[in-house]
Amino acid sequence: MPHPKRSTEKAKDFKGTMKTILISLKPYRFSLILILVFAILSTVFNILGPKILAKATTALATGWMAKITHTGSIDFVYIGNVLLFLLGLYIVSGLFSFVQHWLMSGISQKMCYSYRKDISEKINRLPLSYFEKRTIGEILSRITNDVDTLSNSLNQSISQLVTSVTMLIGVFVMMLSISPMMTFVAVLILPVTIFLVMSVVKHSQKYFKAQQKMLGVVNGQVEETYSGHNVICAYNRQETILKEFKESNEQLYQSAWKSQFLSGLMMPMMNFVSNAGYVVVAIMGGIYACQGKITIGDIQAFIQYVKNFTSPIQQLAQVFNQFQSMAAAGERVFEFLNEPEEVETQKRVSREIKGEVTFDHVRFGYNEDKTVIKDFSCHIAPGQKIAIVGPTGAGKTTIVKLLMRFYDVNQGAILLDGVNIKDFKRSDLRENFGMVLQDTWLFEGSILENIRYGNLDASDLEVIEASKKAKADHFIRTLPKGYSMEINEDASNISQGQKQLLTIARAILANNKVLILDEATSSVDTRTESQIQEAMDVLMEGKTSFIIAHRLSTIKNADCILVMKDGDIVEQGNHESLLKKNGFYANLYNSQFEECV
Amino acid sequence: MISILKQLSKHWITCIVIFILLVIQANCDLSIPSMTSDIVDTGIQMSGITSNVPDTIRKDSLDALLWLMEEDDAQKVMDAYSLKEDIYTLVCEKNKTLEQAFTIPEMVLVSMASNNKEEVQVKDLDEACKNLLLSIQSFPAGMKDSQIREVLQSTMNSQLSKMDESTLDLMESQAKAFVKLEYRAQGIEQKVQLSYLFKVGSKMLGYTLLLVACAILVGLLASRVSAFIGKDLREKVFEKVLSFSNEEIESFSTASLITRTTNDIQQVQMVYVMLLRMVLYAPILGIGGIVKVWNTGSDLSWIIVLTVGMLLGLIALLMVIAMPKFKKVQTLVDHVNQVSREILTGVMPIRAFSREEYEEKRFDKANTELMKNQLFTTRTMAFMMPFMTIIMNGCSLLIVWFGAKSMDMGNMQVGDLIAYITYTMQIVMSFMMIAMVSIMLPRASVAFSRIEEVLNKPLSIQSADKPVEKEFKGEIQFSDVSFTYPDGQDEALTHLNFTMKPGQTTAIVGSTGCGKSTILNLICRFYDVSKGSILLDGVDIRSIPLDQLRDCIGYVGQKGILFSGSIASNIKFGSDISDEKMKEAGQIAQAEEFILSKSEQYNSHIAQSGTNVSGGQKQRISIARAIAKDPLIYLFDDSFSALDFKTDATLRKELSKKTKDKTVLIVAQRISTILHADQILVLDEGRIVGMGNHRELMKSCKEYQEIARSQLSMSELGGIE
Repeated sequence: MPHPKRSTEKAKDFKGTMKTILISLKPYRFSLILILVFAILSTVFNILGPKILAKATTALATGWMAKITHTGSIDFVYIGNVLLFLLGLYIVSGLFSFVQHWLMSGISQKMCYSYRKDISEKINRLPLSYFEKRTIGEILSRITNDVDTLSNSLNQSISQLVTSVTMLIGVFVMMLSISPMMTFVAVLILPVTIFLVMSVVKHSQKYFKAQQKMLGVVNGQVEETYSGHNVICAYNRQETILKEFKESNEQLYQSAWKSQFLSGLMMPMMNFVSNAGYVVVAIMGGIYACQGKITIGDIQAFIQYVKNFTSPIQQLAQVFNQFQSMAAAGERVFEFLNEPEEVETQKRVSREIKGEVTFDHVRFGYNEDKTVIKDFSCHIAPGQKIAIVGPTGAGKTTIVKLLMRFYDVNQGAILLDGVNIKDFKRSDLRENFGMVLQDTWLFEGSILENIRYGNLDASDLEVIEASKKAKADHFIRTLPKGYSMEINEDASNISQGQKQLLTIARAILANNKVLILDEATSSVDTRTESQIQEAMDVLMEGKTSFIIAHRLSTIKNADCILVMKDGDIVEQGNHESLLKKNGFYANLYNSQFEECV
Repeated sequence: MISILKQLSKHWITCIVIFILLVIQANCDLSIPSMTSDIVDTGIQMSGITSNVPDTIRKDSLDALLWLMEEDDAQKVMDAYSLKEDIYTLVCEKNKTLEQAFTIPEMVLVSMASNNKEEVQVKDLDEACKNLLLSIQSFPAGMKDSQIREVLQSTMNSQLSKMDESTLDLMESQAKAFVKLEYRAQGIEQKVQLSYLFKVGSKMLGYTLLLVACAILVGLLASRVSAFIGKDLREKVFEKVLSFSNEEIESFSTASLITRTTNDIQQVQMVYVMLLRMVLYAPILGIGGIVKVWNTGSDLSWIIVLTVGMLLGLIALLMVIAMPKFKKVQTLVDHVNQVSREILTGVMPIRAFSREEYEEKRFDKANTELMKNQLFTTRTMAFMMPFMTIIMNGCSLLIVWFGAKSMDMGNMQVGDLIAYITYTMQIVMSFMMIAMVSIMLPRASVAFSRIEEVLNKPLSIQSADKPVEKEFKGEIQFSDVSFTYPDGQDEALTHLNFTMKPGQTTAIVGSTGCGKSTILNLICRFYDVSKGSILLDGVDIRSIPLDQLRDCIGYVGQKGILFSGSIASNIKFGSDISDEKMKEAGQIAQAEEFILSKSEQYNSHIAQSGTNVSGGQKQRISIARAIAKDPLIYLFDDSFSALDFKTDATLRKELSKKTKDKTVLIVAQRISTILHADQILVLDEGRIVGMGNHRELMKSCKEYQEIARSQLSMSELGGIE
């Protein structure tokens, strides 16, 4: 889902976040000091520049005067020296500025990189429950938008902060050195400027927020409409949808032009204030000059500096804004990085797993107030086929998540070969389980790569072997480029059933001791499914397998069927014995044959 | 590029207004520097004295001056002034003659007073005047006034001839110095100065106000126009996509269409603002600057050309180096996004396969590539700014140096030099603005062409114009239909011939990917057949207007698709129906139970794309939607797969009551769903390999037997009537 840029959000804990950002800047402190020094120096040079140039022009003026009155000539040597000195000054200043920006961009990019890296590593340490409560789009936004905002704002704001403050202080000092009285007059510009800047920012913020909100609304409408295009057309709903869109589009238009306009007000207003200040200072200066309190040359220099007084203030306002968005983005990044992680045992259990699974009075709930599995006990010998059936929401996938330790039980225990699975390191435990999920999850890459994911050390031959067993080999060869065909981003260039065959091939390649098939074959047509089942039977020999399905035909060959309802196992046994019982299972099975369409 | 401008042409009036405002703004912008220098030079340095003709002058001073003037000049001056007490006041307009008359006498008096002193004081001047008057007294008594004047004139002329042309301006400032001292003596210097400062100051403020007003107005208009263009484009694209058929949508991909409607339009909108503000303004400013520079008539214009050339060269060089990397940034960002997305959606498989480390490495690779690329681009830009500043500053240094040389040769003056520098900066800045904007234009151009692609896409499916005047019953006939997907190589469907009658249920089964959903898509005219035709009650569906055709159809897809709103709005989606009908539909679709269990029941909020309800619930609401429409033809594309057996069976039982006289088509996987269908079509690789009811097919169709056997045991199958 496209996310609007959160450029003007406020952080909840501004100080705390800024502190954290400062701490993360620590490794770069040497470079930062350099940056500070260079920025100050280059700004100072920029301030001094005009003053020195004035010396040259004054020398020029007096020389010219002298020439006309035949009392002298233009001192080219002096002027030349001043100009050369200035050139050197400018070049050095430019160099400093360059080095400063070079270092700064290095820091911000590296910070960006390390934040992203930290987030990617954090993802692997967070419990599954974290992801199931949130949308992917939201987490993704933190990796991309928030990290970007953080580093970009940092990059721009630090440089600008240093230069603006330096400029402001430098200009202030220069003005003071010329005339404290006039400086006092000039300083009165400050509150006026600040007031104007703040009120523009405040008003435009309102419209910026509205714009971001409407952008989100419009984007959402666009996404929904384009994804549900068929349904909209099938129900002739185009006009209504268009009307709704036009309404939100209009609102977006209103907030867009207003925020654009208001943000563009700043420059002209600053211009006016700057010029007004100029006039006021000129008048005051004139008065003082008449009274002999100040020389004309000083006034000229002073006025130059007054002009440079308002732009740093405007830049500081921008910096302040950037700090706001930086803190907001940083907060979201740090919030993610501080999430509680999964607790991991350090023990390593290395032994041949036979595949004996025991559930011992297991009790579990996703939330505290809602228990999904109430009291489940069961013993499964190695190599047995266990089918788990039941209506939706009965708890079938939950058992799988508990087996794989995506969640831990609240009470009771699950044992693998007699050892509590909590005593296994998660990665070791999972290496023994092969999983085929309802969601197929393939990534961008060749079909070969996708299947090889089951065992990264497998050779091409082994991959093709597994693919043949999964009855995928044939259709793969009919595809353009066969095994080298690239699956695209949404994996939309192969059908649902074909995807499932690939994931089955992947599991076959992985060759684990315990298999978990979660409604794996329900998207494949029943004919292909029976072929796969044959292959699965060969594969499942000697392995313990858990099969969760809706289709009773899938589970008819199971050694043991666990019938679940409302989180509990209500019946256990094989197909024939359960039918004889004439209980819940029999009812479920027979509902296939009721008089219907 | 041209098409970007075409969009603007719709707002040509506004553009012209903006242009006029910008011209005014540029004028003000170009005039203000001269006013600021006036304030400093004339206002402060010269105490606000603009002319060497004094408004008021003391008797002694004027008398001294008159003696130094030629006969007729003196007469004119006398006529111009009236005496009151001890002060002469000017009574007529200042003009050139008066100025010329005063110039030399004033200058002479000042030089007499200065005696090579640094600064001339009032008392020096008064002394000089007194000395002159005294010296005139000392002339022989018999001499006439005119003779005295002649003597004085010849003395002055001999002095003057030693000076050259360029000192004439200098003399003017010397003359003004006289007036300054004069005013000082009268005690009105400050008043004069202040009034000048106020005058010019308020003029400057007035111009600034005008400038600011223009800038604000331009900003207002530019914001409105660009936002309007954005709104307009968005609407057009949205409307166009709504009219697309599946073929067009697939040619772009849904994701790309979303980006084009949102991101690309945003980019274009931003460019319009810049276009209207900067790109129009910069040339005006630049040309204005060039004109002013031209008027000074100096020979320093080569410096400007050099500077602009170097700047443009620098920018071009950087573009060549950095552009490819800039373009790459977007793809690298996409790559990082994509890898992140994969990691996030696949948390379970990654952990199940213990592939965390592998994924971290993969991410690191994409991350590092992005960082390196961005490091390069930002550092290149870091290089640009300081370099440009050095070039610009160097330019002003060159002007000073060569200007000095020019002044030395008498071709230029100080004031001109400073003005020259100011205007040069203006010209260079305007070129810079154009250059910066042209960096952004290519990106926007790409975005714009993407938008145009969508707007110009021809529609493959046209709706008929005239509605068909017929009461439809709902019989669908496929007459030798073959279909190939737009990009496909083989035919997806070959030679289909079958009929579905009202009151009949037809089921379609077959292996994965054999074309079952395609049949439904063809009936809805999401695609058109490649060969053959589909008839509704004998009428080719291509001659029926799309909305009339779809009014007859209730379509339920494989995955339930819901829209943001409420459950009620989703069920009532296709039609204006009463609440009772809506509840009835919900009941039949077996959705009532979970709907009523919600606190708001039918008014419960459905989030975007229905993310806050489960898959099964979505499907049931979708089914209710179709039922509520009460169409002639029901199309179910494997719509019951997310329901468990019991719900599936009950639903179809209830549904059958409602669909007694309707045409029903079900695509299904479960044998149980289709067992009792009136007509079953068995599809294999796009062809019908079996047609009949369950019993007939069990006897005759091999593929059907395979499918059935895989699901149910032999005895079960045998026991079914």
